[in-house]
Amino acid sequence: MDSSQLILTLASIVLVSTPLIIAVCGEILTERAGIVNLSLDGTMLMAAMTGFIVAFETDNVWLGFLAGMGIGAFFAFIVAFGSIRLRQSQYAIGFVLTLLGDDLSAFLGQNYTRIPGPIIKHLPIPVLKDIPIIGPIFFNQDPVVYFAFILVAVTWFWLFRTQPGLRLRSAGDRPEAGFARGVGINFQRYLYTILGGALVGIAGASYSLNIKIGWSEGITRGLGWIALAIVIFGGWSPIRGMFGALLFGATKALATYLQRTFPEVSVVAFNAIPWVLMILVLLLVSSDFTERLVTIAPKSLQRPLQRLLRVSPPQALGSTFVEE
Amino acid sequence: MNANRWMRWVWPAVPIAGALVVTSLLLILFGAAPLEAFQAMYQGAFGDQSKILSVMAFWIPLLLASTGLLITFRAGLWNIGIEGQIVVGALAASWVALSLDAPAAVLITLEIVAAMLAGALWAALSAVFKTRGNVHEIFSGLALNSIAIILTNYLISGPWQPPEGGTFRGTAPFQPAALLPLYENSRFSPLSLILAVIAFILVVIALRGTFWGLKLKAIGKNLRSAFLLGVSSEREMILAMMFCGALAGLGGAVRTLSWFDSLRQSISGGIGFMALLVVMLSNYRIFLVPPIAFFFSMVLNGSITLQLRTQLHSSLGGILTELMVLFVLLFGDWAKLGFSRKKDDDG
Amino acid sequence: MHIELRDIRKYFGPVKANDGINLVFEGGRIYGLLGENGAGKSTLMKILSGYQSPDSGQVIFDGQTQNFSSPADALDKGIGMLYQDPLDVPAFSVKDNYLLGRDRRFVLNYQSASHELQEMTARFDFQLDLQTTIDNLSLGERQQLELARLLVGGAQVLILDEPTTGISAEQKEVLFDSMRKLAREEGKTLILVSHKLDEVQELCDHAVVLRRGELVGETDIPCPNEKLVEMMFGQIPERSARPEYDKGETVLELVDLRVPTYRLTIQDINLVVRAGEVFGLAGLEGSGQRLVLQACAGLLHPDQGKILLADQDVSGWPYHRMQSAGMGYLAAGRLEEGLIAGLTLEEHVELAKPKHSFFVKRKELYSKTETKIEQFQIVGRPDSNADELSGGNQQRLLFALLRDNLKLILLEHPTRGLDVRSSNWIWDQLYLRREEGTAILFMSADLDEIFERSDRIAVFSGGVMSRVLDTKDTSVDEIGHLIGGQA
Repeated sequence: MDSSQLILTLASIVLVSTPLIIAVCGEILTERAGIVNLSLDGTMLMAAMTGFIVAFETDNVWLGFLAGMGIGAFFAFIVAFGSIRLRQSQYAIGFVLTLLGDDLSAFLGQNYTRIPGPIIKHLPIPVLKDIPIIGPIFFNQDPVVYFAFILVAVTWFWLFRTQPGLRLRSAGDRPEAGFARGVGINFQRYLYTILGGALVGIAGASYSLNIKIGWSEGITRGLGWIALAIVIFGGWSPIRGMFGALLFGATKALATYLQRTFPEVSVVAFNAIPWVLMILVLLLVSSDFTERLVTIAPKSLQRPLQRLLRVSPPQALGSTFVEE
Repeated sequence: MNANRWMRWVWPAVPIAGALVVTSLLLILFGAAPLEAFQAMYQGAFGDQSKILSVMAFWIPLLLASTGLLITFRAGLWNIGIEGQIVVGALAASWVALSLDAPAAVLITLEIVAAMLAGALWAALSAVFKTRGNVHEIFSGLALNSIAIILTNYLISGPWQPPEGGTFRGTAPFQPAALLPLYENSRFSPLSLILAVIAFILVVIALRGTFWGLKLKAIGKNLRSAFLLGVSSEREMILAMMFCGALAGLGGAVRTLSWFDSLRQSISGGIGFMALLVVMLSNYRIFLVPPIAFFFSMVLNGSITLQLRTQLHSSLGGILTELMVLFVLLFGDWAKLGFSRKKDDDG
Repeated sequence: MHIELRDIRKYFGPVKANDGINLVFEGGRIYGLLGENGAGKSTLMKILSGYQSPDSGQVIFDGQTQNFSSPADALDKGIGMLYQDPLDVPAFSVKDNYLLGRDRRFVLNYQSASHELQEMTARFDFQLDLQTTIDNLSLGERQQLELARLLVGGAQVLILDEPTTGISAEQKEVLFDSMRKLAREEGKTLILVSHKLDEVQELCDHAVVLRRGELVGETDIPCPNEKLVEMMFGQIPERSARPEYDKGETVLELVDLRVPTYRLTIQDINLVVRAGEVFGLAGLEGSGQRLVLQACAGLLHPDQGKILLADQDVSGWPYHRMQSAGMGYLAAGRLEEGLIAGLTLEEHVELAKPKHSFFVKRKELYSKTETKIEQFQIVGRPDSNADELSGGNQQRLLFALLRDNLKLILLEHPTRGLDVRSSNWIWDQLYLRREEGTAILFMSADLDEIFERSDRIAVFSGGVMSRVLDTKDTSVDEIGHLIGGQA
């Protein structure tokens, strides 16, 4: 592969990873507040469908994205409401919604399959796009891609450098402490589940309005589950989640490339990577392997290493909190 | 029965009716008359003998998986990995079908054993990750599901590809001796029904009549107290998962050896996830599971005819069943909705 | 700052946690709040600090009645409480934890946080690593941080709940110095909730004693310990004469036992319990008795020393193995650690059987359960759910589930929350067992019970075990002293 082809490939990896990055950021916000939204896969399908139909009928891509956001927020609201107010299992509700989203999107979208529709216009950024190498990869894309990267930075900043972020995290890590400091725990959980869902909706819509043109049944199927996996092995951190999503995109590209040149090499290995990584990280979290690793490292490296390897989930993830 | 208890039994009919209403609205939205559509579905399921047999053939693996899930739910486990267990069961059966040469009786027996073993071991992985590694079975299940599917795709397009080249659709049809004997021209295998009935009876006995079933119930309700009473949760959880995995694997074998005649890409057809819905809708009541599974099968097969007749997408069947589960989940618990008034405790 | 609690009442069902309490706290003084477990101290302080609201009564600050909506609200008004397990977020960094809920500023200002923390820690001579995360700190350090946070948040009144359990002696000195400084130099009001009489004598000006939800007395310090003990525990009637019982062979022996846990480490535990003996572990909760019981049950493992059951070394044996060896354990949380809500009495009886058949024999089980119900006078049917039973009947059920011919029975708070009739019945059962040769080791926060029922007693205070006392040779006073922490 010559260098210009490589650059094109890298650019397409960035493009293809974008929905995942957005979805991962959304789910990180939700899980950091203490709720697991299992409906991601179904939500993304619904958002892709709805986004496309709305954009098609109104001939306005942005309205399509808005519709996708709305659907994402709505599905997430059901999960939050069902688990907080109705006290049912968030796993069960999320799970049913994921299946429902799949079937519902296939049904409602049946008259709109495989027709071309409006797409986001390409938006190369002047000056920046001419920087050698990174220019064409990162700055010769469309607005959704830029949004995704800005979102990562904003999410990171929000979570770790702002007061609202502290409040959000307290809801997921130790609600009793948050409550004692005046944080409305259930409010945080509603807010960020819905917000996270809206972001997942954007991710879904971007698939039918940006990456693939138009809607077809099952277009994003599987991505929601992958996003859940990435949240975990990215250690609930937006930056690592971004790398996880890029890694996933890269392995897909690599798999196709290798398959062409070495038909013998199994595609299996690459597609399975995010899943194997997820299990490994989960195993790592509960054992004290990372702690022991940190203690053997040289003194000066210990603190940054500890911060890098911190992969534990929010302590109160998945549990209910009753405000007295 | 006092008013409260009566309401708790009867109330779930309301969300179910609600699901029917919403589905009807969807139909109207697409210009179809609901009654006609439901009629089409009904005919699609019961219209003639071959259709009924199709419903039954689809029902069996679903029943096997749902029955297995009763065990894991009893122990308080969320076995989302059931899809993967079905798939590896199918893989194991396929391996026997493609590699061995023997009379039908031998082949089929080996296929069944291999499938159950494979499903059990695949489930055991999730279980061990949970007991030793504290990894929630939802996440290990998701991962193992995907890995199983990836494995299938690899085998179909690679080592097991049909002679005309890998197309990702499936392997070449298995030798006739490897397939389950079918009733007339249908996809229904009477043998599979017998196996399913046996499995169901075994599960009923296990859950209601054995000490092991009681241990699972204890673990599912209060792990700590169960431990203090003498129950070793680790061992029982692993066994529960393996039992379920075996039944799921058997379901996978039935799929690949009767519904299909080869290993296909989507071999499980989402039956594992469907089984979870079946058990959720039945509110974990053992004897409701077979009829509800049958209902699911009926709706899903019927919607294929629906699609043929009305040009409406067959996913409507799935929508109906999923809405039912969603509404029952959200609104089906009379007590939790806050309408019932509980007696004051004088403990 | 003048704080008045006027006629505070708080009931939890039939339990009167606070039954009409009237108290006044003045600025610049250190108060000690004393009382047994269940006396109502924590409830009262939770009300004062905004975590709970009273059923009736008022909290009045400088003449103004207050209605706190949350602990944060209370802190705004000037009251902060330091919990035994500080309400911090273990995953957060020190600065993040400090800044949570601190002010309305959008972007976190780490520099000012650093500054404020450094100032505060210097003021009180805390040695804190400000660069790390909360879960890397010891309990004492977490307390210091929480204290700093409350002070910066404007607390004029500080309530400290059993602050010295689980911190080192040096940290305790630092804490006490800071408390004195806050009261004397800054005019703040400090309330120390504690059962350690020597600490209360050391630090406080004034002691307030609660018992069974009521205020039973107040006194200035210094005052003789006996007076405090008497107020806390009330008059104990003379021990009724009980026939001597012949003890048998040694059943349980603990040799130089050491059991480490995050909060507390107990060490140098030596005791012997013989067949037919009732041995009581006295002391207030969190002092270490529970750890001893759990170690004997195999739920916790010692890292030093030995446990011997009937001359066999069982140190480190897991719980189920101990069960098979003839140990029975009754935890305090009946529905959390003993019975299973949703399961029937029959099912419990079946689970508790030492030997099991593959199939559950329904008829046999039913009649066996009926027999147990009669034998243990449980109000309930074989098919009743365990959680439907009243507390007393739940305890009877737990007893019914104990195996026969046990060598050793370990009990946490055997009669907690029970009426007199049920309590007496429980002890009658235990005496029956002891006549069979079972050794009984139990813990209780009820001094009456300890004194009345045990043959021998050991007292725990702050993780340290006193010498073993023969009940007929000791007095309530002596036990009270030992609970208060004096040898």
